[in-house]
Amino acid sequence: MKIANKTVTATQLVKDALDKAKHFADYNIFTYVNEEGALKKAAEIDAKIARGEEVGRLAGVPFAMKDNFLSPEGETTASAHILEGFTSPITATAIEKLEKEGAIMIGRTNMDAFAHGSSTENSYFGPTLNSHDRERVSGGSSGGSAVAVALDIVEFATGTDTGGSIRQPASFNGVYGLKPTYGTISRYGVVAMASSTDCVGFFTKTPDDMNLLMEVASGQDPKDLTTLPDYYNESEAKKVKKIGIIKDFDNESVDAEIRQALKTKCEDLKAKGCEIVELEMPALKYALAAYYIIVPAEIASNLSRYDGVRYGFRSEDSANLEDLYPNTRSEGFMPENKRRIMIGNFVLSSGFYDAYFLKAAKARTLIVNEYLEAFSKCDAILTPVAPNPAFKLGEKVNDPVSMYLEDVMSVPLNLAGVPGLTIPAGETASGLPIGLQLVGPRRSDKTLIEFSKELM
Amino acid sequence: MEIKREDILHLANLSNFSLSEAEIEKLGGDLQDIIKYISQLDELNTDSVEPTYQVFEMENVWRDDEILVQDANREELLALTKEEKDNQIKVPKVL
Repeated sequence: MKIANKTVTATQLVKDALDKAKHFADYNIFTYVNEEGALKKAAEIDAKIARGEEVGRLAGVPFAMKDNFLSPEGETTASAHILEGFTSPITATAIEKLEKEGAIMIGRTNMDAFAHGSSTENSYFGPTLNSHDRERVSGGSSGGSAVAVALDIVEFATGTDTGGSIRQPASFNGVYGLKPTYGTISRYGVVAMASSTDCVGFFTKTPDDMNLLMEVASGQDPKDLTTLPDYYNESEAKKVKKIGIIKDFDNESVDAEIRQALKTKCEDLKAKGCEIVELEMPALKYALAAYYIIVPAEIASNLSRYDGVRYGFRSEDSANLEDLYPNTRSEGFMPENKRRIMIGNFVLSSGFYDAYFLKAAKARTLIVNEYLEAFSKCDAILTPVAPNPAFKLGEKVNDPVSMYLEDVMSVPLNLAGVPGLTIPAGETASGLPIGLQLVGPRRSDKTLIEFSKELM
Repeated sequence: MEIKREDILHLANLSNFSLSEAEIEKLGGDLQDIIKYISQLDELNTDSVEPTYQVFEMENVWRDDEILVQDANREELLALTKEEKDNQIKVPKVL
């Protein structure tokens, strides 16, 4: 990525990014453009460079931030009506770390409200268009971030991945997208969705950029007690020799061109001396059902805090406090938010807890164990990210289950806490990007990033 | 299982939603489809399997019992609410 120096100023880098953001305004990528704030920061960095002072590793690098990261620049809405008007007094740790190295946030990106969705169509602000075909979805939930990088508006963008929300839009737009090992990057100051699977990660144009961002943003944070002790910067990329492929994912429900792209990559790897290992992972078939029990349960809990009292949107004209809560929540949440909260309360309610929530938690154990076993036979797994390339706007929005099926190959990783990296893998005959995901054992993030260079 | 109108109303109540008639009908159908899908877990044998609730590798992360300086002060937090009076958040009447 381009870093500011004496000849290329931060101001120029930021101006270019802002111009491109304006040029692509009709893609509906940004919920807020940080023009004034970004130019001010750029001028400060340029002044430092002129004085010969030290600047950070990301000096003057413009980036886009998913709208669920808290910072005082612009309203943090998570693209949800219920957070309208909320300007955060605090800054997310991940953003603080990037900014400390000189990165400059030029805009907040559109997303499915509260990250509930796989197309960015559940945004209160309308969908973001796909970077390669304006009649198609950008993917989701981090759709705006993926398109901002794919259209080369910014060098990188932040995202969150609870069940594929970085990897799937990365694959729909032909960029790199990393969901790190659970607990690698602090979630302090990130709007919570499902606490046992939420991860912060990035979209980039190259593996080296991803590595640099991981070096900067990873690490233990006293403000987030679910961050792992620092490991990324000390870890070494291991040589990947055995690649696992999952037999069950090679079936008719997966797009033929995606299956072909996977086969082609496997042939390339064999030619390079890698061994391809076929894996049986029968519990993965149930990962999506388990995910859509566990995650809604955590959503129902996390989103119970939105009551219209302390911040964000408040319904007007409620006769009393008891009406204020349901009025605010009914007007403020999107239909998909409501579905997930109600499903969550269903699977947790008395009479159904054992049959659904407890059952899903047991299924999760089997999934975790299948990954452990798989990684005793191979160094990394290569699979499709989603069953299809970017689909048409409106195609799945009225059928929640068909939208959930988008996540069938991305959610197992989140349930197991293992890292996954989307890599670009060519295009379909009609010009839509194809992505594949590299999956590794916990804390193998650097290995995946390094290995992805061999798959370029 | 079949999701009836009273189930939807019960879940709406647990979720603190007041739903319109149109929403009750639409959500009823959607929730029925979703529950049918997630019910396929029945097929999976989980006898003698322990549940997993988190995949963080550590348990009981302790910190010193000291009051930490918060990133936002009282004034900043109160500024976020719609109505404030005498350092208190104002809401509609309770009774």
